[in-house]
Amino acid sequence: MNTSNIPVLIPAVFMFAALLVPLVGLWKKSLSIYPALLGSLLAAWFSASGLMSTIEHGPISYHLSGWVPPLGIEYILDPLSAFICLVITSISTIVIFYSRSIVRFETPEKEMPFYALCMLFLMGLTGMVMTGDFFNLYVFLEISALAGYALIAIGDKRAPVAAFKYLTLGTAGAAFYLLGVSFIFISTGTLNMGDVASVIHLVDHTVPVMIGLSLIVLGTGLKMAMFPMHAWMPDAYTYASSAATALIAPIGTKVSAYVLLRIMFDVFEPSYSAGELPLAQIVGYLGAIGVIWGSILAICQKELKTMLAYSSVAQVGYIGIGIGLASPLGFIGAVLHILNHACMKACLFLISGSMRFRLGHSWIPKFENSLRITMPWTAVAFVVAAISMIGLPPTAGFFSKWYLALGSIEQGAWIFLIVLLVSSLLNAVYFFRIIEKMYIRPQSEEMIKAQDQDGTPVWGRKEAPWSMLAPVMLLATLLIVLGIFNVWIVTNFIEFMIPIGL
Amino acid sequence: MLELLKGHYAYFFLMLLFVIGLYAMMMKKNLMKKIMGMSMVQSATIMVWIVAAFKHGGTVPILDRSIPVDNPDLYINPLPHTLMLTAIVVAVVTLGVSFALVISIYRNFKSLDEPTILKRMK
Repeated sequence: MNTSNIPVLIPAVFMFAALLVPLVGLWKKSLSIYPALLGSLLAAWFSASGLMSTIEHGPISYHLSGWVPPLGIEYILDPLSAFICLVITSISTIVIFYSRSIVRFETPEKEMPFYALCMLFLMGLTGMVMTGDFFNLYVFLEISALAGYALIAIGDKRAPVAAFKYLTLGTAGAAFYLLGVSFIFISTGTLNMGDVASVIHLVDHTVPVMIGLSLIVLGTGLKMAMFPMHAWMPDAYTYASSAATALIAPIGTKVSAYVLLRIMFDVFEPSYSAGELPLAQIVGYLGAIGVIWGSILAICQKELKTMLAYSSVAQVGYIGIGIGLASPLGFIGAVLHILNHACMKACLFLISGSMRFRLGHSWIPKFENSLRITMPWTAVAFVVAAISMIGLPPTAGFFSKWYLALGSIEQGAWIFLIVLLVSSLLNAVYFFRIIEKMYIRPQSEEMIKAQDQDGTPVWGRKEAPWSMLAPVMLLATLLIVLGIFNVWIVTNFIEFMIPIGL
Repeated sequence: MLELLKGHYAYFFLMLLFVIGLYAMMMKKNLMKKIMGMSMVQSATIMVWIVAAFKHGGTVPILDRSIPVDNPDLYINPLPHTLMLTAIVVAVVTLGVSFALVISIYRNFKSLDEPTILKRMK
């Protein structure tokens, strides 16, 4: 295959799928999932082959409609962007495969808009990852955000309120980003990231550039739900439909984290954005506060989806810590955590979807030990994902924390190390609480009474259908496989991504 | 100080507009007022680009035989204007989506007042 077109093909595939879904959906509503699934599979294949080819032959640059950068828009596929694209597209394929029954169950008659919006959302995200142009990034940021607001609003009655909150904060974030870009553009006269990187050292001591970079970090931080700006996230994830949450939660915030990594360490020198202007440190400390704060709030929640949303605040904090360390080990930890957290959160949100599909609720105080019998495989997958979230070996979650911990020891950042340890304990508190309910807590009298009517709990009676169980089990096994092969991933892929000068 | 004000007064006004918009977005209880604030924030951002592109004595970059083409000081850089056309489109779309959300919120809760909505959400 000709690899030189891959950077533009990935967003283009999603764009065409977004157009194809309504056409197919108008003809037959139940078929509208298939163009979406096919589009995501194709994009995953392109990202995988792109990743292989960039690691062998170096970055691929695509000039949109033949205009040579810095005048034209440039799409760049380098190991980092290909890797993030692969994470996005493979998670989205798994989630879309899962979503067939649950979308029909939770939001009937809305399959067509749901899948069309999914495709637009993914187009925005992959475009943000691929683009090498500051303004193009803004456009893709808004495309993905607008599709995301609409996706969240397709949910229960309260979803539009959550989506509105997300919309106001997200628009403020995008406005901060655009304002920051305007300062950079005024100072450098160019919007191409590579071009800015080559001239920025001439102007980076001036105030406008400092303000510009700070505003960009503020804007992307809002999109990434960094600690004091996370207010939109819990409501949005709780009230959105299960499939939408499972799609947005694992990858939506991660792409903003990627943008942060790219701008702070690739466009600007690490010695500038982590030394002269201590933005990376601020991101790191905010991340550390977010880790503790999110974990504590997660303990207080009674609804599984809200709990997972608060734990997302904490997990984004880990990526913030990785950025704050501003060292190769911190970078490895952050990138590995983007991958691991995408798998863990997708798995957990899919499990909450399965519970809503079969039990009709995901309310933690109502969980009982009959779950271990009636939903045996889902319960096993939940335990694996929970162990990975807590960070016990050999699951994937342990290793990203391991690299972050090694990075903090190397830098002597003891606060981060303490935060990592304490947060693991807090994670254990809120996940073991659920595991205890699922496996040990005896049934309440009402449940026993209800069972007298329909007999003792039967093995696997309420298990999710195979089209929902297979993705969950795949993600759960993936968590163990990724954990075991983490060294292979780091030496073969992530080491190529570490920016020069870090 | 006076020199700074004289040269950059437009930026100070835009900063004020941005902050007023941000205040309305965060503090106002009525959802429509929040949308107004959002619109102000976006307009302020767009205007920063337009103001930055202004040049004394410059003209539109269209070929005119009476103006020498080899002097860039006589032409305004058209790039910020074209970029802001895209940004205006984005702002309009955001407004559209937010109105759609507000309509569906009103249908569900019969109110646009945030505390009332939050009370009825329980």
